[in-house]
Amino acid sequence: MNKYLLYPGCSMESSGRAYGDSIKAIVEPLDLDFEEINDWNCCGATEYLGINLIPAYSLIARNLALAAKQMNPVNGTGGTHTVVAPCSACYLNLAKADYYMQERPSLGAKVNEALNAGGLEYKAGTLDVRHLIDILVYDVGLEKIRSKVVHPLNGLKVVPYMGCMLPRPDYQHRWTDHEHPTELDDLLRALGADVIDYPLTTECCGGHMTQIGPETAFELIRRLISDADERGAHLMATVCPMCQMNIDAYQHETNQFFGTDYHMPVLFFTQLMGIAFGKHPDEVGIGLELVSARNALANIGIEVPVTQEPAAPRKKDEGLPMPRRWTKHEGKEAVR
Amino acid sequence: MPQMTDERVRAGMNREEDLSLLNEVSMKTAGVSHLEMCIQCGTCGGSCPVAMDMEHTPRMLFAMLRAGMRDEVLRSNTPWLCVSCYHCVVRCPQEVHIADVMYTLKGMAIHAKLYTNATAPHFSQTFVDMVEAYGRSYEMGLATRHYLRHFPLRLPGMMPMGFGMITKGRMAVMPKRIKQMDQLTAILDRAKQLELNS
Repeated sequence: MNKYLLYPGCSMESSGRAYGDSIKAIVEPLDLDFEEINDWNCCGATEYLGINLIPAYSLIARNLALAAKQMNPVNGTGGTHTVVAPCSACYLNLAKADYYMQERPSLGAKVNEALNAGGLEYKAGTLDVRHLIDILVYDVGLEKIRSKVVHPLNGLKVVPYMGCMLPRPDYQHRWTDHEHPTELDDLLRALGADVIDYPLTTECCGGHMTQIGPETAFELIRRLISDADERGAHLMATVCPMCQMNIDAYQHETNQFFGTDYHMPVLFFTQLMGIAFGKHPDEVGIGLELVSARNALANIGIEVPVTQEPAAPRKKDEGLPMPRRWTKHEGKEAVR
Repeated sequence: MPQMTDERVRAGMNREEDLSLLNEVSMKTAGVSHLEMCIQCGTCGGSCPVAMDMEHTPRMLFAMLRAGMRDEVLRSNTPWLCVSCYHCVVRCPQEVHIADVMYTLKGMAIHAKLYTNATAPHFSQTFVDMVEAYGRSYEMGLATRHYLRHFPLRLPGMMPMGFGMITKGRMAVMPKRIKQMDQLTAILDRAKQLELNS
């Protein structure tokens, strides 16, 4: 059994609950032992770094210090030096703090001075920070994953969406490529899915721009879902709660903004793993998405119980004759 | 060597270059920024998914830093539009930590109060306030405070989304607090002192 320290991240219990639930469901069949870091705190996402440097890195480093303490074989539980983060933003922040504290020893010294105020310390380089999909593809292995599949996803057309913060900047050279990594494609293929070639796989979902510059974010979301739609995808598979949140929860607003009617469900890759491993859709958080994956999953004979009737899509010619809005970048032809 | 006939070239040759702004930004950036290595190739701007909405591409901004144009740089919307996708970072032939430089410029603009649009700085500050209060992010508090302040007109259109998120248990109504909040506060207080002294 492989043991890892888990840094779940804030969204795993809230907006990305389906991710957290589905991870719990696949841990046991794959013989993984995830021990949560005690009393971990938020990594600061992309917000704290833009305000204060040393507090931002100290906030991140508290988690590393707690993890290092917990893995210590003398006074901790021992057994591993690998931290696994399922959220791409958390993964990047933890990996970045670890790397920069080594690259810039003066930063490492200041962060440790701050940690000392809380009775903690962290020697940069002690831990190995890795993303969940890295563990699944390279530690567990595709062979083992394939052997656990009881309900192959044959006929489900999936676009693999890696997002940006996972394969880049890649301080530890973990990925096959920075712009077109194939790890997610390979994993989905191992589940039997029909993986569609998706050139936008590492393009940005807009990140926090949905909150601060919605028009910019809507354009980035539109690019992703329109391309997935044109390629005939039933759904998108993602590895990051922020990507899922943006594409799922803001798809309605994006449609309103462009006058489009895309319906592109986006699920976590672990949810698809759970389905392929024969788990009940409820157990892996299917139904928590706002853009329902019900019809998409019907293609492979998975029946999702209806918890609430989805609102019927409004017909195009109903409602007041409002002018359609286009962004300054888009011609009318480009939007369907 | 060609003769220097152009007045402007001669003036440039005689002027002592002031790289203090460039150096300041470089020193304030996490890691080794490589900012002074920029060769103005423009790969960053060409790789950027949001360059179309930026007042200056990253390349232009770095030239402005070299030219000491402090106020113009800190007023630019460019750092605030950076989505931290790191496309420019992996393509930069000089390995400039472009995304981290953008974080530094945001911090400097907040400090100098030179940002022209308060939406992004307020969002960051509200997020940080929640984290400093609870040790975790608190989406409900963040969303309510931020949208009421900056996007009240977006709220009606967002009702179905907000309703869906709450009924599906994807947005907690109450915040979660870490156990050792005192420890985190002590760490952050000390870190802020160190930031001021550096």
